[in-house]
Amino acid sequence: MSPLLEIAAIVDARGLSCPMPIVRTAQAVKPLASGQIVEVLATDPGSVKDFAAWTRATGNELVEQTSDGAVYRFVIRHK
Amino acid sequence: MDEPLNLVLFSGTDDKLQAAAVLTAGAAALGKPVNIFLQYWALDAFRRERIDREHGLAPEAGEEGRAHVDALRRAGQASWATTLRDAKELGGVDIEACSLSMDLLGLESTDLDPLVDGVEGVTAFHLNAGAGPVVFI
Repeated sequence: MSPLLEIAAIVDARGLSCPMPIVRTAQAVKPLASGQIVEVLATDPGSVKDFAAWTRATGNELVEQTSDGAVYRFVIRHK
Repeated sequence: MDEPLNLVLFSGTDDKLQAAAVLTAGAAALGKPVNIFLQYWALDAFRRERIDREHGLAPEAGEEGRAHVDALRRAGQASWATTLRDAKELGGVDIEACSLSMDLLGLESTDLDPLVDGVEGVTAFHLNAGAGPVVFI
């Protein structure tokens, strides 16, 4: 990850089932200023397509997406 | 994104209410308005003193279904009531009790959980539904 990205909030959604990773993230970005970064950790396999759809629909930017096989990590820039 | 999702909740079992809560929370996270209309046994489940109790499962769940639902709950799945509270916090979710069902069950507004925003008739529900889909659960 670029060292320029400063994480403003972390959402630990590991172990949460659909749609809670998205719900927790939507709650977390609300108080953030435009351009601030939130990092999300999730284990729900559906979250890969869900975060792609959610960022596209809401105008937030999916900056990075990685996985170590068990945990999915999403880095999102608030619109 | 502007047309609302309109859910008519009729069944009062935990599995169907859970499915409805998941649909609601997903839509709310997308900024899509959600109108929920509570009828019959779903409305009964939203009674203030009953909402956090067990409400059983649909008949097709059977024993095996019960075991799956219990396993997901033990793994930390939030209850449907908690999921709806989260969805309402995101905004755009309106939950209304069907006035006919209020009469049927002999309920007053004060008998209902604060999740319920008010009481309305079916005409108001249809008007608010706009051109969005109406889903009956």
